Amino acid sequence: MLSINEISDLKLDILKEIGNIGAGHAATSLSALLNRKIDMRVPGARIVSFEEMMNLAGGAETVVASIFLRIEGDAPGSMFFILSIAQAERFVQQLLGDKSFTLAEPPYDELGVSAFKELGNILSGSYLTALSEFTKLSLYPSVPGVGIDMAGAIISYGLLEISQTSDFAIVIDTILKEEDTENNPAGDVKGHFFLLPDPESFEIIFQSLGVTSND
Amino acid sequence: MTSVLNIVKVGIADLNIVKAPDLIRTTGLGSCVGVVIYDKARRIAGMAHVMLPDSALGKQGLMNKAKYGDTAVKELTEILVANGARLAALQAKLAGGAQMFQFSGSSDVLRIGPRNVESVLLALKKLNIPVTGQDVGGNNGRTIEFSPETCILSIRTINKGNSEL
Repeated sequence: MLSINEISDLKLDILKEIGNIGAGHAATSLSALLNRKIDMRVPGARIVSFEEMMNLAGGAETVVASIFLRIEGDAPGSMFFILSIAQAERFVQQLLGDKSFTLAEPPYDELGVSAFKELGNILSGSYLTALSEFTKLSLYPSVPGVGIDMAGAIISYGLLEISQTSDFAIVIDTILKEEDTENNPAGDVKGHFFLLPDPESFEIIFQSLGVTSND
Repeated sequence: MTSVLNIVKVGIADLNIVKAPDLIRTTGLGSCVGVVIYDKARRIAGMAHVMLPDSALGKQGLMNKAKYGDTAVKELTEILVANGARLAALQAKLAGGAQMFQFSGSSDVLRIGPRNVESVLLALKKLNIPVTGQDVGGNNGRTIEFSPETCILSIRTINKGNSEL
């Protein structure tokens, strides 16, 4: 099995391209869904400690709205779609055409949460479909779970597989940005897609793209 | 003279110790378990942020003892004793072990929260360390902070309010 410490820059570039393709499709879906422009920042594929992984999402104690799903099939892994609370509220408000939806405190409006889950479902679905076409691997998402809580509590779930072999994770991170608008003057993000392949999936992904273990 | 309280931070799969009046803290516990072991009279405490139940799950050569319930409790106890705590006086409190996401027909790894709790409790029992308080399970994240001065464990959650053990 691939050791994380031995991963080459070439392979990180390939993973970055995977994030590019997957999140590119997801951003297009999101754009179509909300009928507005969504920008995507050039993604990164990074080797991070678990602590750094939390920091990517704003720190372990930051409250986030997240969709988590397991990827099943040829190359299993975990996937997160993570938004700030304000951003999640804005997306759901736009989807439902209801400005009153809030995630300030539970109980949350059931319809809104279900819309958020569906949003995550569509985005992760288009991410994985693109990835699947690119690699010719069969990948399919589990039913997504919604979590609105501390980033550390949520993200550690996606680290369980990799934590059995390593204290580091390879994360493919793509940042989504909403374009500048009146409500959103700074064009602030933020959505993160985190793709965390299980340790044994890396070789499978690389092989599917014709990269041998010596590259 | 004003004294500044330091807060010792414990990361994920990490452990550390603290002496009064300083505090020790770990953030964003989900399925992970935060376990505090302390000697009240000696005013010393240690905390571990455990990710996985059993070191037998580990497939790596060089092992991070703080990551697993069984090895973290043992390691923390040894460090505490080496720093002046008395084994027979040690007590423990724990929090975490939540199930953050509900999936049907899911793999065993998704039941990791309860398994982490079981492993920490078992490891404490093996060392005859009594558990004086626990706030475990549920489906919410927790941030915990412990004072070796008062021996109170403060628990902060997003949706379920704050509490003390």
